Amino acid sequence: MFIIDPHCHMVSRTTADYETMALAGVVAISEPAFWAGFDRSPAGFVDYYRQLTEFEPKRAAQFGIDHYCWICLNPKEAEDLGKAKEVLAEIPKFLDKPTVLGVGEIGLNKNTPNEAKVFQQHVQMAIDTWEKSKAAGATGGHHLILIHTPHLEDKLKGTKWTLEMLKDFGSKIDHSRVLIDHVEEHTIKIVKDAGYWAGMTLYPVSKCTPQRAVDMIEMHGAERLMVNAAADWGVSDPLNTHRTMLEAKKRGHALETLMTVFYNNPARFFGQCPKFKPRPMRVEEVRE
Amino acid sequence: MKTLPEKSRSAAEVLDTYFLETRAKLIEIAANLDRVDRSPELIQVRGDMRLTFIDRALEILRGPGPSRAEQIQRLYSKE
Ligand SMILES: [Zn+2]
Repeated sequence: MFIIDPHCHMVSRTTADYETMALAGVVAISEPAFWAGFDRSPAGFVDYYRQLTEFEPKRAAQFGIDHYCWICLNPKEAEDLGKAKEVLAEIPKFLDKPTVLGVGEIGLNKNTPNEAKVFQQHVQMAIDTWEKSKAAGATGGHHLILIHTPHLEDKLKGTKWTLEMLKDFGSKIDHSRVLIDHVEEHTIKIVKDAGYWAGMTLYPVSKCTPQRAVDMIEMHGAERLMVNAAADWGVSDPLNTHRTMLEAKKRGHALETLMTVFYNNPARFFGQCPKFKPRPMRVEEVRE
Repeated sequence: MKTLPEKSRSAAEVLDTYFLETRAKLIEIAANLDRVDRSPELIQVRGDMRLTFIDRALEILRGPGPSRAEQIQRLYSKE
Protein backbone atom coordinates (compact mmCIF):
# COMPACT_ATOMS: atom_id res chain seq x y z
CA MET A 1 0.00 0.00 0.00
CA PHE A 2 1.35 3.42 -0.98
CA ILE A 3 1.00 6.39 1.36
CA ILE A 4 1.30 10.14 0.91
CA ASP A 5 2.07 11.96 4.17
CA PRO A 6 0.39 15.35 3.81
CA HIS A 7 2.16 17.10 6.71
CA CYS A 8 5.65 16.23 7.91
CA HIS A 9 8.48 18.53 9.01
CA MET A 10 11.33 16.56 7.53
CA VAL A 11 13.97 19.25 8.11
CA SER A 12 13.95 18.11 11.74
CA ARG A 13 14.07 14.39 10.96
CA THR A 14 17.04 12.17 10.18
CA THR A 15 17.83 10.60 6.83
CA ALA A 16 17.12 7.26 8.53
CA ASP A 17 13.53 8.48 8.98
CA TYR A 18 13.27 8.97 5.23
CA GLU A 19 14.42 5.39 4.76
CA THR A 20 11.95 4.08 7.35
CA MET A 21 9.12 5.98 5.69
CA ALA A 22 10.10 4.69 2.25
CA LEU A 23 10.18 1.13 3.60
CA ALA A 24 6.71 1.72 5.03
CA GLY A 25 5.31 2.71 1.63
CA VAL A 26 5.56 6.50 1.72
CA VAL A 27 5.99 7.76 -1.85
CA ALA A 28 5.42 11.48 -1.32
CA ILE A 29 5.66 13.97 1.53
CA SER A 30 4.31 17.48 1.81
CA GLU A 31 6.24 19.68 4.21
CA PRO A 32 4.73 22.95 5.41
CA ALA A 33 6.99 25.74 6.62
CA PHE A 34 6.90 25.95 10.42
CA TRP A 35 8.52 27.15 13.61
CA ALA A 36 12.07 25.94 14.27
CA GLY A 37 11.69 25.98 18.06
CA PHE A 38 13.26 29.42 18.25
CA ASP A 39 12.48 32.70 16.46
CA ARG A 40 14.58 33.29 13.35
CA SER A 41 15.80 36.45 11.68
CA PRO A 42 14.39 37.29 8.22
CA ALA A 43 17.66 36.03 6.68
CA GLY A 44 17.17 32.76 8.58
CA PHE A 45 13.82 32.32 6.82
CA VAL A 46 15.40 32.65 3.38
CA ASP A 47 17.91 29.94 4.29
CA TYR A 48 15.06 27.79 5.59
CA TYR A 49 13.07 28.21 2.36
CA ARG A 50 16.18 27.17 0.41
CA GLN A 51 16.54 24.11 2.61
CA LEU A 52 12.89 23.23 1.91
CA THR A 53 13.07 23.80 -1.84
CA GLU A 54 16.62 22.67 -2.65
CA PHE A 55 18.02 20.30 -0.05
CA GLU A 56 15.04 18.27 1.20
CA PRO A 57 13.82 17.16 -2.26
CA LYS A 58 17.29 15.70 -2.88
CA ARG A 59 17.45 13.97 0.49
CA ALA A 60 13.99 12.44 -0.08
CA ALA A 61 14.79 11.40 -3.64
CA GLN A 62 17.50 9.03 -2.38
CA PHE A 63 14.66 6.87 -1.11
CA GLY A 64 12.32 7.32 -4.04
CA ILE A 65 10.17 9.80 -2.11
CA ASP A 66 8.82 12.91 -3.84
CA HIS A 67 9.26 15.86 -1.51
CA TYR A 68 6.99 18.91 -1.82
CA CYS A 69 6.75 21.92 0.43
CA TRP A 70 4.77 25.01 1.40
CA ILE A 71 6.18 28.44 2.10
CA CYS A 72 5.08 30.97 4.73
CA LEU A 73 5.92 32.69 7.98
CA ASN A 74 4.42 30.43 10.64
CA PRO A 75 1.90 31.84 13.14
CA LYS A 76 4.29 31.43 16.09
CA GLU A 77 6.60 34.04 14.59
CA ALA A 78 3.85 36.33 13.32
CA GLU A 79 3.67 38.50 16.43
CA ASP A 80 6.37 40.92 15.22
CA LEU A 81 4.65 42.72 12.34
CA GLY A 82 7.87 44.41 11.20
CA LYS A 83 9.64 41.09 10.81
CA ALA A 84 6.54 39.58 9.19
CA LYS A 85 6.59 42.28 6.53
CA GLU A 86 10.24 41.59 5.72
CA VAL A 87 9.74 37.83 5.55
CA LEU A 88 6.54 38.06 3.50
CA ALA A 89 8.39 40.11 0.90
CA GLU A 90 10.72 37.13 0.34
CA ILE A 91 7.99 34.52 -0.14
CA PRO A 92 6.72 35.21 -3.70
CA LYS A 93 10.03 34.30 -5.30
CA PHE A 94 9.82 30.84 -3.73
CA LEU A 95 6.22 30.16 -4.78
CA ASP A 96 7.20 29.33 -8.34
CA LYS A 97 9.93 26.86 -7.34
CA PRO A 98 9.31 23.41 -8.86
CA THR A 99 8.32 21.63 -5.62
CA VAL A 100 6.37 24.38 -3.84
CA LEU A 101 2.66 23.53 -3.64
CA GLY A 102 1.41 26.76 -2.10
CA VAL A 103 1.22 28.95 0.99
CA GLY A 104 1.32 27.23 4.39
CA GLU A 105 1.07 26.37 7.18
CA ILE A 106 -0.46 29.72 8.02
CA GLY A 107 -3.14 30.52 10.58
CA LEU A 108 -3.56 31.24 14.24
CA ASN A 109 -1.69 29.85 17.19
CA LYS A 110 -2.68 31.84 20.29
CA ASN A 111 -5.52 33.70 18.56
CA THR A 112 -3.90 37.14 18.73
CA PRO A 113 -4.81 40.13 16.53
CA ASN A 114 -1.32 40.18 14.99
CA GLU A 115 -1.52 36.50 14.08
CA ALA A 116 -4.85 37.24 12.40
CA LYS A 117 -3.38 40.14 10.45
CA VAL A 118 -0.46 38.08 9.17
CA PHE A 119 -2.81 35.22 8.30
CA GLN A 120 -4.93 37.55 6.18
CA GLN A 121 -1.81 38.94 4.50
CA HIS A 122 -0.76 35.41 3.54
CA VAL A 123 -4.18 34.60 2.08
CA GLN A 124 -4.09 37.85 0.13
CA MET A 125 -0.63 36.93 -1.13
CA ALA A 126 -1.87 33.51 -2.27
CA ILE A 127 -4.46 35.36 -4.37
CA ASP A 128 -2.28 38.25 -5.58
CA THR A 129 0.76 36.21 -6.65
CA TRP A 130 -1.25 33.51 -8.39
CA GLU A 131 -1.30 34.86 -11.93
CA LYS A 132 2.41 35.58 -11.87
CA SER A 133 3.74 32.44 -10.26
CA LYS A 134 1.21 29.69 -11.03
CA ALA A 135 2.58 26.52 -12.59
CA ALA A 136 2.04 25.81 -16.28
CA GLY A 137 -1.39 24.31 -16.83
CA ALA A 138 -2.66 25.32 -13.41
CA THR A 139 -6.30 26.27 -12.97
CA GLY A 140 -7.96 28.12 -10.08
CA GLY A 141 -7.79 31.60 -8.68
CA HIS A 142 -5.16 31.37 -5.95
CA HIS A 143 -2.29 29.23 -4.72
CA LEU A 144 -3.23 26.21 -2.65
CA ILE A 145 -3.43 27.15 1.03
CA LEU A 146 -2.56 24.97 4.04
CA ILE A 147 -3.86 26.21 7.39
CA HIS A 148 -2.68 25.34 10.90
CA THR A 149 -5.27 25.50 13.69
CA PRO A 150 -4.34 26.22 17.32
CA HIS A 151 -3.81 23.57 19.95
CA LEU A 152 -5.78 22.49 23.01
CA GLU A 153 -8.13 25.07 24.55
CA ASP A 154 -7.49 27.59 21.74
CA LYS A 155 -8.45 25.26 18.90
CA LEU A 156 -12.22 25.76 18.73
CA LYS A 157 -12.11 29.55 18.92
CA GLY A 158 -9.16 29.72 16.51
CA THR A 159 -10.80 27.41 13.98
CA LYS A 160 -14.03 29.43 14.04
CA TRP A 161 -12.10 32.69 13.66
CA THR A 162 -10.08 31.24 10.76
CA LEU A 163 -13.29 30.23 8.98
CA GLU A 164 -14.74 33.72 9.51
CA MET A 165 -11.63 35.38 8.09
CA LEU A 166 -11.69 33.11 5.04
CA LYS A 167 -15.36 33.95 4.56
CA ASP A 168 -14.45 37.64 4.40
CA PHE A 169 -12.46 36.91 1.24
CA GLY A 170 -15.76 35.85 -0.37
CA SER A 171 -15.61 34.33 -3.84
CA LYS A 172 -11.89 35.04 -4.07
CA ILE A 173 -11.34 31.86 -2.03
CA ASP A 174 -12.04 28.49 -3.59
CA HIS A 175 -12.82 26.18 -0.66
CA SER A 176 -11.63 23.11 -2.55
CA ARG A 177 -8.13 24.66 -2.70
CA VAL A 178 -7.78 25.08 1.08
CA LEU A 179 -6.69 22.42 3.58
CA ILE A 180 -7.41 23.11 7.26
CA ASP A 181 -5.20 20.99 9.47
CA HIS A 182 -5.20 19.54 12.99
CA VAL A 183 -8.99 19.13 13.14
CA GLU A 184 -10.36 17.19 16.10
CA GLU A 185 -13.76 16.01 17.33
CA HIS A 186 -15.04 19.54 17.99
CA THR A 187 -13.77 21.19 14.79
CA ILE A 188 -13.97 18.59 12.01
CA LYS A 189 -17.64 19.17 11.26
CA ILE A 190 -17.49 22.96 10.85
CA VAL A 191 -14.46 22.62 8.56
CA LYS A 192 -15.97 19.91 6.36
CA ASP A 193 -19.42 21.51 6.30
CA ALA A 194 -17.83 24.71 4.97
CA GLY A 195 -16.44 22.70 2.04
CA TYR A 196 -12.77 22.76 2.97
CA TRP A 197 -10.38 19.81 3.08
CA ALA A 198 -9.53 18.67 6.59
CA GLY A 199 -6.38 17.11 8.04
CA MET A 200 -6.14 15.08 11.24
CA THR A 201 -2.79 15.13 13.00
CA LEU A 202 -1.53 12.20 15.03
CA TYR A 203 0.68 13.72 17.66
CA PRO A 204 1.33 12.57 21.19
CA VAL A 205 -0.54 14.33 24.02
CA SER A 206 -1.72 17.53 22.29
CA LYS A 207 -3.56 16.14 19.29
CA CYS A 208 -5.25 12.97 18.04
CA THR A 209 -4.68 9.21 18.45
CA PRO A 210 -5.05 6.56 15.73
CA GLN A 211 -8.22 5.24 17.38
CA ARG A 212 -9.88 8.67 17.55
CA ALA A 213 -8.82 9.50 14.00
CA VAL A 214 -10.52 6.35 12.70
CA ASP A 215 -13.60 7.19 14.79
CA MET A 216 -13.74 10.55 12.99
CA ILE A 217 -13.37 8.89 9.58
CA GLU A 218 -16.31 6.65 10.51
CA MET A 219 -18.47 9.48 11.84
CA HIS A 220 -17.71 12.17 9.27
CA GLY A 221 -16.83 10.18 6.15
CA ALA A 222 -13.56 9.78 4.27
CA GLU A 223 -14.33 12.47 1.74
CA ARG A 224 -11.96 15.50 1.82
CA LEU A 225 -10.18 14.03 4.85
CA MET A 226 -6.48 13.26 5.31
CA VAL A 227 -4.27 11.93 8.08
CA ASN A 228 -0.76 13.09 8.90
CA ALA A 229 1.89 12.55 11.55
CA ALA A 230 3.16 16.16 11.55
CA ALA A 231 6.45 14.67 12.69
CA ASP A 232 8.83 17.47 13.70
CA TRP A 233 11.50 18.21 16.28
CA GLY A 234 9.11 17.42 19.16
CA VAL A 235 8.28 13.96 20.48
CA SER A 236 6.54 12.64 17.38
CA ASP A 237 6.61 9.70 15.02
CA PRO A 238 6.38 9.71 11.21
CA LEU A 239 4.78 6.26 11.33
CA ASN A 240 1.72 7.46 13.25
CA THR A 241 0.02 7.88 9.88
CA HIS A 242 0.61 4.16 9.35
CA ARG A 243 -0.65 3.31 12.83
CA THR A 244 -3.91 5.02 11.92
CA MET A 245 -4.13 3.01 8.73
CA LEU A 246 -3.48 -0.16 10.72
CA GLU A 247 -6.25 0.74 13.18
CA ALA A 248 -8.66 1.25 10.27
CA LYS A 249 -7.58 -2.05 8.78
CA LYS A 250 -8.07 -3.87 12.10
CA ARG A 251 -11.61 -2.52 12.24
CA GLY A 252 -12.34 -4.04 8.87
CA HIS A 253 -12.37 -0.97 6.67
CA ALA A 254 -12.18 -1.71 2.97
CA LEU A 255 -8.99 -1.23 0.99
CA GLU A 256 -10.80 1.48 -1.02
CA THR A 257 -11.36 3.50 2.16
CA LEU A 258 -7.70 3.18 3.14
CA MET A 259 -6.64 4.21 -0.35
CA THR A 260 -8.99 7.20 -0.24
CA VAL A 261 -7.74 8.57 3.06
CA PHE A 262 -4.04 7.75 2.91
CA TYR A 263 -3.28 8.16 -0.77
CA ASN A 264 -6.02 9.39 -3.07
CA ASN A 265 -7.27 12.32 -1.00
CA PRO A 266 -3.79 13.87 -0.68
CA ALA A 267 -3.18 13.10 -4.37
CA ARG A 268 -6.45 14.87 -5.29
CA PHE A 269 -5.90 17.91 -3.10
CA PHE A 270 -2.22 18.45 -3.88
CA GLY A 271 -2.79 17.39 -7.51
CA GLN A 272 -4.68 20.63 -8.03
CA CYS A 273 -1.15 22.00 -8.32
CA PRO A 274 0.31 20.51 -11.52
CA LYS A 275 3.75 20.28 -9.86
CA PHE A 276 2.47 17.40 -7.70
CA LYS A 277 3.16 14.17 -9.60
CA PRO A 278 1.38 11.22 -7.86
CA ARG A 279 -2.08 10.66 -9.36
CA PRO A 280 -5.06 9.02 -7.67
CA MET A 281 -5.16 5.24 -8.07
CA ARG A 282 -8.02 2.78 -8.37
CA VAL A 283 -8.31 -0.51 -6.50
CA GLU A 284 -9.28 -3.24 -8.89
CA GLU A 285 -9.85 -6.87 -8.07
CA VAL A 286 -8.75 -9.12 -10.89
CA ARG A 287 -10.55 -12.45 -11.13
CA GLU A 288 -8.51 -15.01 -13.03
CA MET B 1 -24.40 9.83 10.46
CA LYS B 2 -22.26 7.76 8.12
CA THR B 3 -20.68 4.59 9.35
CA LEU B 4 -17.96 3.41 7.09
CA PRO B 5 -17.19 -0.21 7.86
CA GLU B 6 -18.85 -2.39 5.26
CA LYS B 7 -19.64 -4.91 7.94
CA SER B 8 -20.11 -2.88 11.11
CA ARG B 9 -18.86 -4.69 14.17
CA SER B 10 -21.32 -5.36 16.96
CA ALA B 11 -21.11 -3.38 20.19
CA ALA B 12 -19.92 -6.54 21.96
CA GLU B 13 -17.06 -6.95 19.51
CA VAL B 14 -16.05 -3.31 19.90
CA LEU B 15 -16.18 -3.63 23.68
CA ASP B 16 -14.02 -6.77 23.50
CA THR B 17 -11.44 -4.89 21.48
CA TYR B 18 -11.24 -1.76 23.63
CA PHE B 19 -12.13 -2.89 27.16
CA LEU B 20 -8.59 -3.53 28.41
CA GLU B 21 -7.34 -0.29 26.91
CA THR B 22 -10.19 1.62 28.55
CA ARG B 23 -9.55 -0.05 31.89
CA ALA B 24 -5.85 0.84 31.67
CA LYS B 25 -6.68 4.47 30.92
CA LEU B 26 -9.13 4.70 33.83
CA ILE B 27 -6.50 3.35 36.21
CA GLU B 28 -4.02 5.83 34.76
CA ILE B 29 -6.45 8.69 35.50
CA ALA B 30 -6.98 7.38 39.05
CA ALA B 31 -3.22 7.12 39.61
CA ASN B 32 -2.61 10.61 38.24
CA LEU B 33 -5.19 12.05 40.62
CA ASP B 34 -3.75 10.01 43.52
CA ARG B 35 -0.32 11.42 42.74
CA VAL B 36 -1.69 14.94 43.09
CA ASP B 37 -3.35 13.95 46.38
CA ARG B 38 -0.15 12.42 47.74
CA SER B 39 1.87 15.53 47.03
CA PRO B 40 2.64 18.23 49.61
CA GLU B 41 0.72 21.52 49.67
CA LEU B 42 -2.40 19.96 48.22
CA ILE B 43 -4.30 23.01 49.44
CA GLN B 44 -2.69 25.07 46.67
CA VAL B 45 -4.61 23.26 43.94
CA ARG B 46 -7.98 23.36 45.70
CA GLY B 47 -10.35 25.09 43.29
CA ASP B 48 -7.87 24.80 40.42
CA MET B 49 -9.78 25.09 37.14
CA ARG B 50 -8.01 22.02 35.78
CA LEU B 51 -9.41 19.85 38.57
CA THR B 52 -12.86 21.28 37.93
CA PHE B 53 -12.37 20.41 34.28
CA ILE B 54 -11.49 16.82 35.18
CA ASP B 55 -14.60 16.56 37.41
CA ARG B 56 -16.84 17.82 34.65
CA ALA B 57 -15.20 15.56 32.08
CA LEU B 58 -15.93 12.58 34.34
CA GLU B 59 -19.58 13.65 34.44
CA ILE B 60 -19.61 13.63 30.65
CA LEU B 61 -18.21 10.08 30.73
CA ARG B 62 -21.11 9.00 32.92
CA GLY B 63 -23.58 10.55 30.49
CA PRO B 64 -24.90 9.13 27.22
CA GLY B 65 -22.91 8.81 23.96
CA PRO B 66 -21.99 8.87 21.21
CA SER B 67 -20.40 12.33 21.32
CA ARG B 68 -18.59 12.23 24.66
CA ALA B 69 -15.20 12.93 23.06
CA GLU B 70 -16.56 16.01 21.31
CA GLN B 71 -18.26 17.19 24.52
CA ILE B 72 -15.00 16.95 26.47
CA GLN B 73 -13.17 18.82 23.68
CA ARG B 74 -15.77 21.59 23.90
CA LEU B 75 -15.61 21.66 27.68
CA TYR B 76 -11.88 22.31 27.41
CA SER B 77 -12.23 25.04 24.76
CA LYS B 78 -11.84 28.74 25.51
CA GLU B 79 -14.72 30.83 24.24
ZN1 LIG C 1 3.05 21.49 11.14
